[in-house]
Amino acid sequence: MSVNITGVSGIEEKTLTYLFEKMLEIRRFEEKVWDLFGRNLIPGTLHLYIGEEATAVGVCANLRVDDYITSTHRGHGHCIAKGAKLDRMMAELLGKKTGYCKGKGGSMHVADASVGILGATAVVGSGIPIAVGAGLSCKLRKTDQAVACFFGDGASNQGTFHEALNMAALWKLPVIFVCENNLYAMGTRISRAAAIKNLADRAGAYGMLGVAVDGNDVVAVYKAAKEAVERARNGDGPTLIECKTYRHKGHSRFDPAKYRPSEEVREWMKKDPILRFRKKLIEEGILTEEEADQIDERITKAAKAAARFALESPYPEPEEALEDVFVKLR
Amino acid sequence: MRELTYVEALNEALREEMRRDKRVFILGEEVGPYWEGAFKVTKGLAKEFGTERVMDTPISESCIVGAGVGAAMTGMRPVAEIMFGDLLALAMDQIVNQAAKIHYMFGGQIKVPLVIRSPFGAGVSMAAHHSQSLKAWFMHVPGLKVAVPSTAYDAKGLLKTAIRDDDPVMFFEHKICYTTKSSIPEEEYLIPFGEADIKREGEDITIVATFWMLHQSLKAAEDLAKRGVEVEIIDPRTLVPLDEETIIESVKRTSRLLIVEEECRTCGVGAEIAAIVAEEAFDYLESPIKRIGEPDTPIPFSPVLEKYVIPDERAIVKAVEEIFS
Repeated sequence: MSVNITGVSGIEEKTLTYLFEKMLEIRRFEEKVWDLFGRNLIPGTLHLYIGEEATAVGVCANLRVDDYITSTHRGHGHCIAKGAKLDRMMAELLGKKTGYCKGKGGSMHVADASVGILGATAVVGSGIPIAVGAGLSCKLRKTDQAVACFFGDGASNQGTFHEALNMAALWKLPVIFVCENNLYAMGTRISRAAAIKNLADRAGAYGMLGVAVDGNDVVAVYKAAKEAVERARNGDGPTLIECKTYRHKGHSRFDPAKYRPSEEVREWMKKDPILRFRKKLIEEGILTEEEADQIDERITKAAKAAARFALESPYPEPEEALEDVFVKLR
Repeated sequence: MRELTYVEALNEALREEMRRDKRVFILGEEVGPYWEGAFKVTKGLAKEFGTERVMDTPISESCIVGAGVGAAMTGMRPVAEIMFGDLLALAMDQIVNQAAKIHYMFGGQIKVPLVIRSPFGAGVSMAAHHSQSLKAWFMHVPGLKVAVPSTAYDAKGLLKTAIRDDDPVMFFEHKICYTTKSSIPEEEYLIPFGEADIKREGEDITIVATFWMLHQSLKAAEDLAKRGVEVEIIDPRTLVPLDEETIIESVKRTSRLLIVEEECRTCGVGAEIAAIVAEEAFDYLESPIKRIGEPDTPIPFSPVLEKYVIPDERAIVKAVEEIFS
């Protein structure tokens, strides 16, 4: 894999700037989350998206607000890329009443129905059939909406992956299956869990198009997703996109990731999706160093403001734990 | 009034709801025009509504339910059929962790108006993988409603309510009840959830039963009446929500309670009802609460063995006699 990224010709400047901004938004948000967690302000655990930003952003930049996504336990990036607000996300991570789920979901279960985020589910592979159902709904309602379904390399070994890809291909559903292959399912390297090199090859078994891309190259992801979304909207069926990427941190907050060779980590750090893209934008004259710094400064402030909003927000009343089990029991 | 079988009543409920609401569609194995449902519940529906609304699926229980969940979250009202209740085990994550929790976990933002239909019941030598009754599994999961119609009349009215409900509903049917008949009015009716039906009035003992055990209890009650014991029989009709009040009020009148369930006794529906009555009406009881259920075994194949594990009319009569002895 080269450190250079795909050419940007044919993509509008404002889209390129948007891709840069969104990736930074995820990065600065996650860094703030890491900071708050370290200060014991976030309960539970965390699965940070740092390092994988190009995947969520490259895909979601092709989606409209009425399109859907399904997300995972490592889902903060997907939600931000699809349009979730940093402040309400941060509040959810802190278990506050102002959070997207009123404190009932937390880091692994952010949802924002108003922008098509059908929610993050944390049973590995469980969101894949749900994405198929959303795609089926789009087809039955005869809309041109599309569904992006995010999951990891680990989930691609679940039975749900097989059932869902088969059904989506059979019914030509408008779903883009986005496999974020960050090489590790917790501590299990993909080479210890699957005999094939490219998980995208599995698509062929279902009569579906599969493509493997450099998941740390936002332009490559954007272009692959653009074609997949077009196919989905035109009724040409689903696509499996394997994005080869890497998480900078461990699996969860408490994982030092000692199972990864330091040489491998060093190589992937050189392929940081944000640094690579920033360099490209400056080389291409889309942004100057100063403009890029200004964007970063503005977004860093927004992440800080989100943290402040979350910290200042009230907790839910304890008895709110009893609400929302049913829409209406009787 | 005309008589319909339980299967015909279910079919009519589906047909009426699909005519009324374009968002309602059916998905499952063999529900379409080729087989029309393993038990013919979907007979003629693909012909009227097309295969887009009566969708045959691959054998993929987890994805059948999951697709139902996703479609329900995005504006549709799916009715997913799982051919045998035993096969729900294949879809448990989608039912228990997804359908049941989505409304709660996402803070009430997203509804899952999904109906999952599936038949339970032993008695026809279908052996260990096609005979179980697993009602209690689902009663134990917050976020799921559980309907258990025992008669054709209840099946129709409850299914229509289930389809219009905004929460996920486990709609359980019973293989032996499928051929039973009820008088079904021509005009539309719905049966609200959480309202038990007193299927027989009596003042000496309360029996709570569902499905085939309800029918067995009714037969036993006729026998007992000849010996001067008047049995009151309560059919909860839905286990979630459960009409505790009707059960408790009945026990307060009769002072005796027998629960008859076609399922393993351990942690069964009967155990829950017994506990509720013990908490709420203990002082009214003149004898210990009694439960009849299956022993804790898988359902065996040979008719001799199967008959041995399923409670029947005789077992009910015997249990009542013991209560009065």
